[in-house]
Parts: sequence; structure tokens; C-alpha cells
Amino acid sequence: MATPTDRKRPTLRPQGRPAPKLIFGDLWEYDPAPETADPKLKPRYELFINGRWVAPASGRYFDSINPANETKLAEFALGGTADVDAAYRAAQRAFTTVWGRMPGGERAKYLFRIARLLQDRAREFAVAETLDSGKPIKESRDFDVPMAAAHFFYHAGWADKLDYVAPGRKVAPLGVVGQVVPWNFPLLMLAWKIAPALAMGNCVVIKPATNTPLTALKLAEIFQDAGLPPGVVNVITGPGSTGGAIMAHPTAAKIAFTGSTEVGKTIMRSVAGTDKRMTMELGGKAANIVFDDAPLDQAVEGIVNGIFFNQGEVCCAGSRLLVQESVARLVVGKLRNRLRVLRVGNPLDKNTDVGAIVSRDQLNTIQAYLKAGVEEGAVMWQPPCRLPPKGFFMPPTIFTGVTQSHRIAREEIFGPVLAILTFRTVEEAVEKANNTAYGLSAGVWTDKGSRILKLSTELKAGVIWANTFNKFDPASPFGGYKESGFGREGGRQGLLDYCKLT
Amino acid sequence: MGRLPSPSLPLFSAGGWGMVAALMKAGSPAAFRRLCNEIGTVDAVGIEERVAKYATRSVKQASKVAGLKLVVSMVDLTTLEGKDTPDKVASLCQKALHPHAGLDVPPVAAVCVYPSMVKHARRALGADTAVRIASVATAFPSGQAPLRSRLAEVKAALADGADEIDMVINRGAFLAGEFQLVQDEITAVRDTCGAATLKVILEVSELETYDNIRAASFLAMRVLRPGDFIKTSTGKTLLNATLGNNQVMLEAIRDFYLETGIPIAMKPAGGIRTAKQSLHFLIAVKETLGDAWLTNRRYRFGASSLLNDLLRQLEKEKTGTYQAPYHFSEAAESY
Repeated sequence: MATPTDRKRPTLRPQGRPAPKLIFGDLWEYDPAPETADPKLKPRYELFINGRWVAPASGRYFDSINPANETKLAEFALGGTADVDAAYRAAQRAFTTVWGRMPGGERAKYLFRIARLLQDRAREFAVAETLDSGKPIKESRDFDVPMAAAHFFYHAGWADKLDYVAPGRKVAPLGVVGQVVPWNFPLLMLAWKIAPALAMGNCVVIKPATNTPLTALKLAEIFQDAGLPPGVVNVITGPGSTGGAIMAHPTAAKIAFTGSTEVGKTIMRSVAGTDKRMTMELGGKAANIVFDDAPLDQAVEGIVNGIFFNQGEVCCAGSRLLVQESVARLVVGKLRNRLRVLRVGNPLDKNTDVGAIVSRDQLNTIQAYLKAGVEEGAVMWQPPCRLPPKGFFMPPTIFTGVTQSHRIAREEIFGPVLAILTFRTVEEAVEKANNTAYGLSAGVWTDKGSRILKLSTELKAGVIWANTFNKFDPASPFGGYKESGFGREGGRQGLLDYCKLT
Repeated sequence: MGRLPSPSLPLFSAGGWGMVAALMKAGSPAAFRRLCNEIGTVDAVGIEERVAKYATRSVKQASKVAGLKLVVSMVDLTTLEGKDTPDKVASLCQKALHPHAGLDVPPVAAVCVYPSMVKHARRALGADTAVRIASVATAFPSGQAPLRSRLAEVKAALADGADEIDMVINRGAFLAGEFQLVQDEITAVRDTCGAATLKVILEVSELETYDNIRAASFLAMRVLRPGDFIKTSTGKTLLNATLGNNQVMLEAIRDFYLETGIPIAMKPAGGIRTAKQSLHFLIAVKETLGDAWLTNRRYRFGASSLLNDLLRQLEKEKTGTYQAPYHFSEAAESY
């Protein structure tokens, strides 16, 4: 039978004609569309201890800048060990006198109130987050802030149902927990840490990242507005050493850290020999595996979302693309066309897809990896794009011709850089995907359901997405294998990491 | 494919040959799978996520005005009613030529009418005009007429002065797996069209799945000429053009173009009533096919009430206030 392909009209291009190209120019260009909500910044933010704004013992302050234009946003208190001590004392007092003995149903009211206040001020928080971190407003508006509120809502729902978290057993709060969060999702990570701790009846001493302290202090304003009892949550800003002091403090019954594997290891060494509980959510080098039967345009969309979401500054970013050799050229071609229409620039513009890198240091780190990739023989490609003259910007970057031994395929870059590797068989795909020190997430793209189920057991990663990527839900536990850490955040499993079982 | 005589016996009562013949007539059961293997499949969740992002794009100021004017130039101003009359068509044509005084808008791309109205449209527009005449021939909207009468309808519309023919595909044959028949009929209409532009209506709501829409797009494109169109719908079913099926077809056009160098044009039709909606479609074109498709030779909107909303928005951009609906002449909508 003749198939529709071999009919009268030639379906293949006549020899000798140049390959057809798409033109992504400025025939019809979007005008600037900046988000104009007022972020309501104060010129200076103090420490938040025992429900009050407190000047740091050192009397010193540091600046936080807007990475998109390198101007100063506000001053933040440089907290030190004395401040950490005060925070732990306040938290311990709040735990023994109020929060630890409060019925869960009462705690839930506070959490619901926090969630609703956050929703009320969503635009304000989104703009503040974008100013401080450089992430595009469409992400802070459509992802970070609503997802943070969702975590408070979800855990508020658990607070009066804790008898059912571990059927047949009693749960009790741990006491005071010390927490340190990273700069890639400043507000969302606060929510991930604070909401389950509070729902379970723990009190918190938390430090936001040095680069992005703004929304933590704004969230403290919401704690005040919600009437949260003093000392239940204490926010200490400062350098990495202050985070070390929070982790090492003897009052902490548990410590929770999200950040780099390197710092995570240092923290684990510092608490060795104590009986502190720990959860660590560390780095990743996720494999996004595309099989030849996958819906390729949607796979490309998932690849883009996987590695260019939040400029690739995501611990579970799909930074390694493993694509079946038979469709590799096709996929890379589609990917390039897709990257040509990504808009890099002012993070406050509603049409921006890729914003600014969080800091000059991080930009330098990423650029060093680009250099290493080229030096080791991989082929780098970036779409043509005009970067703003000031600020820390980086065009989306893909590397082809990458192998398992390239540094860009082994080390976490934490930037908009995709390493593309190929594979031939399912077994090879699994082996390559697992050939890493990390194990936070993975993606599988195929039309074959049985293959998804098989790979979900064989891939050693805490989260495995099938025909999608970077999907989150407060009810779904998130965490890693191997050097990506231990413990889970979200869902019932996440709550269990914040309680004693008896 | 060889056309076999229809089996005289029911499928399971006869011997082996009768069954094989019946299966082949119904198209090979594997035909759809085979076509999908060749052209790839579509993930519904993924594509809807993609198009949702178009709706979050923010188009303001000068780019909004430019976009709205571009959409005006892409409209196929349509009236497809049993009660259409020569005078109704004449007023449609006048609106097509001069959408609104004082706004500096171009004429629309074409008027779209039933074959019996083509001669009235030609009389109203004249021979030398910027507005083209499109006609929905081939037993629109069902297509359920013998091929020879469908072709006769095309010939009649062309003889009366149509520049473009909007045909419907044989959805019954498509769903029965008879792809060759679907394609042969498109070829027959194409050959009848001569120099006229052909638009192939897939009637996406009857094909139902994105995989089917992609498959039907390829069946059509493989026998179309550069500049011919594929079109979403007749506008006569419940669900017409959506950003989702528009995107599936744009991606099919892109893949076909990159493979063959043949640029196929696209026309979403039905259900696009507001200026804002039309800009979302235009954003999809800009970000999927690029600048070369941002012209009415490559992209059209099949619509009637859309035009006045475009004019209303343009007037608002110009004066800063919204005008009452009666401020704009009504020529396309049904009364």
C-alpha cells in the first residue's frame, strides 16, 4: 500500500536549496510591560526576635542589592552569635509556655491567617522577591508566592489532624528547630521550612540567605499582623557564619538546611556527636531523559522549563538532557528554535522569561563552567539576545557533544546551562542518569506507560517526573538520594521529619 | 491504495478473504499508528501548558496598536447563514473594504461567503480590489455529498469569481482510518482550484484529539501548495478554534516547513470574538513560526464579530475611552 509520504508531491526538500529557517525578529515587538505594584520596602530591616524588631548586637548592617541593576535595595542587620542566642532563648520560651502546648486546632488558625495575609499581599511580595533575587516577575507572581501560601494552607489543614499522621502512634513536637534556607526561592523555602515546623508545634530560628533576606523580613511583618505569639518564629539575617551558629546551637532539637552539598557536609560535621535531628536538601544534577517515542515539542517545553526556570538556579533543575540518539538532532533543533523566543532581561517585565543571576559571584561561577565546558571540547550554543547593560545576566546556554566525563555533566552549575548527552538503549539511559553523586530529581519523556513505571523504580532520585518537569505540590514529599540529602519536605513524610513518635 | 470491491458478506460470517478485504477498505488498523510514528504525537497536558503562557504575555501601547491592526488585516470577514442575501453580502463587503473611518486601519484580508453569494460579493467588491473572496465550497459544513458534486460546487464558486476555496475534509473517512481517501479528495479539490488558494478545514472538534489534529494537518499539507491553508473549523460545531488546536497546527506547519521548505498558511476560525483573544493567537504565531507568518498571506482569522471588537480597542487606544457598540457599523454579525 502506498503511504501518504510517497505520493505525487516531494516531501523532501530538493537538493541544493538552503535549509529553511524560521525568523524570530522584531517585526512585531512587545513593548515594555513592567509590574508596577509597590513592594513597600523599608530602608532598613532589623532582626526579628521574640516578636519584635531588634537591632543586632554588633550594631552593623549589610546591603542587599537588586541583581538586575546592581543598586542597593535596603540594609539588613548583621546578626551574630549573641543574636542567635537571644533568638533561641525566645523560641525555647515560646515553645514551653505557648506554642508547644497549644491545641493543634488553635495553631491551625494562625497558619490559615498567615496564608491568607500572604495572598492578600501577593503582588507586593512578588515584586519584592523579584527585586531581591532577580527572578522573572511571572515566576514570583505565578509560582513562588502562590506556592508559599499553598504550603501554609496545606499544613494548617494538618495541624488539627496530627493524630492521623502516623496511625497507631502518638506524635509530639521536637522543640526549637534551627533552619537555614537558600537564595533561589527565598520565600518559598521559608514556607517549606516554617509551615510544617509550626503545624507540628515546634518553634523556629531561621536565617534567610545573605543575598536574599528581604521576603523573610516581610514575612515576619505578616507574622506580627497575624498575631503569632512572640518567639514562635525568629528571623536572623547575616553572613554564612551566623547560619553556622544557628546549626551548631545546643538548644536546637533539629536542624534543617537547604543549600549546597558542600555547606551541607560542613554542617553535618559540625553537629556530629550530638543528638540533633537533621534534614538536608542539597544539590542536584538531574537527568531529563527523552525517548524517541516522546511527544517531542512538549518534551522540549519540559526541557526548557527544567533548566531555564529561575535561570536554572534550582536544585532539582534538569541540567543533564539525556536524549535518545535517533532523535537527538531533531530535539536539539527544536530546542534551539524554542530558545530563540525566550526573553532575557528586566525581571520586573511581565514578558521576561529569564531574569538576572542572583549575584556577581554566582555569575562568575557559571561563566567559569562555560569556559570549562568549551575547554573540555563540548560545543556551546546561545541564542542571539540583547542583555541589559547593567546587572548579572546570562543567556540560556546549551552544550552538545557532552559525555559523562565532562565537568559540566558532573558538577552542579546552578545556572541556565544545559548539558546534552545521548544514549542508545533504556539500560544505557538509566545507567547514565544514575552515574552521578546526586539524586534529587529526574524526568522521563515517553509515550510508553510501562517504561515510565519501570524507570520510576530504577532511577535513584527523590522525585521523578513523567512527561512533565518541575511540578510541585505541598502534598507531595520532596527530597533526595545520595549527596542530594535526606529527609523529605511536603506531604505526610515531611511532617514526620518534624515530630517525635511515641 | 487499491480500491477493493466492498465485501458482500458481514465481517465474521465469510471466510478469511472477506475479512481482510473489509479491514482494508476500512483502512489498515495500523494506519494511524504508522502515521503517528512518522510525524510524532502530542501531549495534551503539555501543549495546554504551553499555550497558557501565551495568555500571560502582556501586550501594551504601540505593540498593542500594531498587533490589532495586523489582526484587522488578517480577518476573513465571514457570513455563513441560510438567510444570507445579496444585500447582506454587499454590506459585509463594504465593511471589509472600509472597516471604520478615522482609524487608519487596513481593509480586511477577505470576505468569506457561501458559493451562491460569491457573485454578489464580486459585484460589491469589483474586479480590482484588495479584499479577496473566499467561499466555503464542498458541501460545507458536513462535506457529506458525493465528491463530484463537491467538485462541481468548487467550480461554480470559482466561475463566479472566488479567489479562495475553503473546503472541509472527509471526517468520516478520517475517523474510519481511510487516510488515503481523505488525502485523495483534498488532491482532487486542489486540482480543481487552479490558481485559487485552497484552505483545508479539518473540523478539529470532530477529530477530537490533538494527535488526530496533527495527523490530519500532515495529510493535508503533504498535498498542498505553498501558500495554501489549513484551517481549524467550520464554526458550525460547539468547539472551534482554541489556542491548543491552533498550536498543534502551527507546530505541524513548522515541522513540515523545516522538513520540506514548503510554507503552509494557517487559519483559526470560529470562537475568536475578542481583540484580546486574537492577540493571544498572534503571539502564538510570533513565538512558533516567527515573523514570516505575521502576514495575511500566511495567517488569517475566520471571524465575524471580532472585527468590531478590534476597532473598539483601537478607538480606545486612540482616544483613551471606550465607545458604545452602536458607534461601530454592524455588517457581519447575525441579527
